[in-house]
Amino acid sequence: MPTITIDGVAYEVEAGRNLLESCLSLGLDLPYFCWHPAMGSIGACRQCAVVQYQNAEDNRGRIVMGCMTPVTDGAIFSLSGDKARHFREAIVESLMLNHPHDCPVCAEGGECHLQDMTVMVGHRDRHYRGRKNTHRNQYLGPLINHEMNRCITCYRCTRYYRDYAGGTDLAAMAAHDHIYFGRHQEGVLQSEFAGNLVEVCPTGVFTDKSLVHDYTRKWDLQSAPSVCTACAVGCNTIPGERYGRLKRVHNRFNAEVNGYFLCDRGRFGAGFVNSDRALEFPGLREADGRYRALDHHDALHRMMDSCAAGKVAGIGSPRASVEANYLLRLLAGTDNFAPGFSDAEQDLVNLALRLQQQSAAVTPDIRTIESADAVLVLGEDVTNTAPRIALALRQSVRNKAYEMAAGLRLETWQDAAIRNLAQQQRSPLFIAAVADTPLDDVATRRLSLAPEGIAALGQAVAAGISGAASATPGSTSGEAVDIVAALARASRPLVIAGTGCGSAAVLQAAAEVANALCSSGRQAMLCLCVPEANSLGQAMLAGPKAPNLGALEERARAGEIDTLVVLENDLYRRGNSAGIDALLAECRNVIVLDGLDNATTSAATLVLPAANFAESEGTLVSLEGRAQRYYPLFQPREERRPSWVWLLACMKELERPDVHSLHHFDDITRACAADIPALAGITAAAPDLHYLNLGVKIPRQPSRYSGRTAMRANISVHEPKQREDEETPLAFTMEGLNRSQPGALLPWVWSPGWNSNQSLHKFQTHAGGPLKGGTAGVRLLHPGAAGGHRISDITAPATAAASAAPDLWQLVPRPRIFGSDELSALSPGLAELVVPGFIELSPADAGRLGVATGDGVDVGDGIATLEVRVNATMTTGCAGYSAGFAGSGNLAPLARVTLQRAANWQRRPQLIGSDRGNGSGSSHV
Amino acid sequence: MLKSLTSQLRTIWTILQHSFTKAETVQYPEQMPYLAPRYRGRIVLTNDPDGQERCVACNLCAVACPVDCIALQQGVKEDGRWYPEFFRINFSRCIMCGMCEEACPTNAIQLTPDFEMCEYDRSNMVYEKEHLQIAGTGKYHDYNFYRVSGLAIAGKDKGQAQHEAPPIDVKSLLP
Ligand code: SF4
Ligand code: SF4
Ligand code: SF4
Ligand code: SF4
Ligand code: FES
Repeated sequence: MPTITIDGVAYEVEAGRNLLESCLSLGLDLPYFCWHPAMGSIGACRQCAVVQYQNAEDNRGRIVMGCMTPVTDGAIFSLSGDKARHFREAIVESLMLNHPHDCPVCAEGGECHLQDMTVMVGHRDRHYRGRKNTHRNQYLGPLINHEMNRCITCYRCTRYYRDYAGGTDLAAMAAHDHIYFGRHQEGVLQSEFAGNLVEVCPTGVFTDKSLVHDYTRKWDLQSAPSVCTACAVGCNTIPGERYGRLKRVHNRFNAEVNGYFLCDRGRFGAGFVNSDRALEFPGLREADGRYRALDHHDALHRMMDSCAAGKVAGIGSPRASVEANYLLRLLAGTDNFAPGFSDAEQDLVNLALRLQQQSAAVTPDIRTIESADAVLVLGEDVTNTAPRIALALRQSVRNKAYEMAAGLRLETWQDAAIRNLAQQQRSPLFIAAVADTPLDDVATRRLSLAPEGIAALGQAVAAGISGAASATPGSTSGEAVDIVAALARASRPLVIAGTGCGSAAVLQAAAEVANALCSSGRQAMLCLCVPEANSLGQAMLAGPKAPNLGALEERARAGEIDTLVVLENDLYRRGNSAGIDALLAECRNVIVLDGLDNATTSAATLVLPAANFAESEGTLVSLEGRAQRYYPLFQPREERRPSWVWLLACMKELERPDVHSLHHFDDITRACAADIPALAGITAAAPDLHYLNLGVKIPRQPSRYSGRTAMRANISVHEPKQREDEETPLAFTMEGLNRSQPGALLPWVWSPGWNSNQSLHKFQTHAGGPLKGGTAGVRLLHPGAAGGHRISDITAPATAAASAAPDLWQLVPRPRIFGSDELSALSPGLAELVVPGFIELSPADAGRLGVATGDGVDVGDGIATLEVRVNATMTTGCAGYSAGFAGSGNLAPLARVTLQRAANWQRRPQLIGSDRGNGSGSSHV
Repeated sequence: MLKSLTSQLRTIWTILQHSFTKAETVQYPEQMPYLAPRYRGRIVLTNDPDGQERCVACNLCAVACPVDCIALQQGVKEDGRWYPEFFRINFSRCIMCGMCEEACPTNAIQLTPDFEMCEYDRSNMVYEKEHLQIAGTGKYHDYNFYRVSGLAIAGKDKGQAQHEAPPIDVKSLLP
């Protein structure tokens, strides 16, 4: 470890870092703008200037940029020397020349890095007497607001958007002081990760549009540590609330999962919390089909009466917490508890779980995915199913560049140099999918194959790696040879597949490739994507023998179910509507717990309003098997209660002995961990409610939370005592200590002088490193522990094996980032970007059917009528349908169906002003 | 000894002199005292010189308030202005310290010399925006935030605020 001297004090610092990072890690405040821990240095803003001295005799020194200066043993620096201080102040003054003086109406104000740095350098008076440059703003879509006048030309936005996230439609334009950061013309930002601009830009140029229109300053937001519920990646988030409304979602740093970045589905997809479809009171269906509002006592008694009579079955949900599902499983009994997947998905998720449990390969976390030096993606369009992984893959292809840099002894933070060095050279990334994917631009090759073709390719690669002669001669084997060669050269190869293309054979093939790599002595990684926030946890809870919806339907028809309890699940998304209708109609009592009104709640006899993720606590298991806890950020209104509260209360009323000792949320977690071996680790996901941070709780409100004696003064001037939180270590107050607690309990980041999210480094072991209190979540899958079960011993469930017939098309799911997830698609910003479901056909197939883009086709025998998109990259013989969209429950993945031009189809009018998401074919310009 | 005696005598003399000055105490309420415009009493929200609501709902007054008795919610008007959708001051908590006025970047919130705020029912001390907003500019007649700041609103485009040059044409190569 080199020792450096800063202002006469000697410090030991970590080798290989730059001076700026080292200063921040030491707790010294050095202003900066363009450096970002995830993106390295380019030395553009000149803000991090320090004086470096040649040796002890040198008393003049020279100004160097901290972010561009490696720490070397014996180096002497000064941060506080006049020369450097005046330089830094002058830099801020010059950055502020054109600043529009609009902090009061800026959504960044109060968490603005520019404000912080201005105060830090002590700049106060404007000496410039010239006129300020101004710019016109652009419309950048429904999610992001643009106010170009606030720009300080630090280049973080374009470096993030283009270099890090692979976007192409945001750039630095024009020259000298005309420089402009925007699109070549107005329009929706195309990157699926555009929302991170809000946090990356150190000023108010890019801000969260929904927040701008219902604004609350950061200091007024009540926040809690949370987990994104929009997909299975399990990114950590900080949602903020004021006046009972969710205002925004920010990233919560997790060194092993999302790091600094979220995807737009997660960042902007939580608006459903404020939906006017939210249920507020229990509803009892009357004879005339209308619902009568009940109070919770009444509702609970009715639920209890129904359950007391016996013959209860439960349907859980992969979007509900482990705890709520566990209670429902207790209530209904193990044999009567269906996990709530669609039948096809249940088999796939179970298979994905078993493959990961039994594979010798490591199940990587997202950070580890970034380290892969060769990647094979089989069948999964990760950008649309597990978006954050796609961003990680975009980093993984840069490992080639880092290798080259290491050869020249460049440090990894020397961003510009490394990018110049590598240019377009990337580590291998092979994608086999039914059609194009948004990652194609960084892929070595993307192959369009039908699901069987993908599986066969995987098998061929596995065979190639284990040295056996390729089992499948034919068109794909040439490709397989290339892939084998690339994977064999790699030291950290990664195989990705998932449930997204609906094929068990593909999952199996992916696992075999990973296993073959392991057997040949490489530390291979295997990442299998599952669809929802708790899909994997649900598979762990229910086990492979749990009945599926089809089985419950049969039992219902046989009269074996009187009362059906459905937990946070819209069954019409899970199976064909006729089957679900039958299931619900055959049960005398259908009790549905859910947060928003949907088709299933409308078919219930009793509806209980369930709190959503922002109002309740729960544990979710992400696709890498990480159990993570989310916490309520505000109290649910009216009669909304967390599902676990409803279920526990009901079972207590029934005097069930198995819940006798359960009182708190933590008790359920513990009971579940004790009961279900696969979930034994979940108690370690976060500290229990008795945790105290140096003797006090952790405050949800920042120390400057305002308006407490006026917020509810219109209701009553008698201020009630702050509500005690009896379930978590967090408090609904500003009292307590937000410092150094476990990472799972970080409700907001702030530090004196650092009001923006850049204050995060004060919570990290070193700038950019893991949180001081430890990384949130606990891994339930022990990477590579099982060591070498033969994957082929695990039998994949049979998939619809109807052979290819010329007049039949195979339905393949094509998930979409905006729309395929149920709840996020209801959030106002995203809803604007959701294009109604359609079906993609290859030009040859479209020609055979005589249809063009915009026409309609009838699928099967009246199963659905969908709009056609002709996609030149679509595999002929496959019909890709928008998975997870209204009515797509009727379409069975991989089924072979007839297609026919729809006779009375009305073309949709062309949408204007929304050029994003018009078909996956062009979803990534 | 002599020194302290003189001092005491001088003090007594000064006090005696005061017996002949005019009393400060007035017969309130029959007689109203003069209160300077800077007196810190009942708070109002004012308009800018153009007659538009001055408050931009920036929340600075709320955060400056030591007793946290100001609560508001921002909204955006059709014309692009930020404004408070509601603005509430709980005067039963307010200590008339004037911190909000000092924090306000738009001169919207001002304290006035009216201190007569007595109610039998505390809830009548809770003032909403309609009770706070006055039609005039209050003590500060000229300041108009939107003329200074760069945010474009209807009637004031980019480049039309103080010290602003017309918007740059990004497509032009001219310096
Ligand atoms: S970018 Fe920062 S400094 Fe500029 S107006 Fe916004 S809050 Fe103020
Ligand atoms: S828009 Fe923001 S991130 Fe981009 S250069 Fe300007 S200040 Fe930096
Ligand atoms: S990748 Fe998934 S978990 Fe992460 S922010 Fe996006 S939707 Fe949420
Ligand atoms: S400080 Fe002034 S402009 Fe800001 S919210 Fe208060 S009254 Fe309105
Ligand atoms: S942070 Fe070092 S030059 Fe910008």
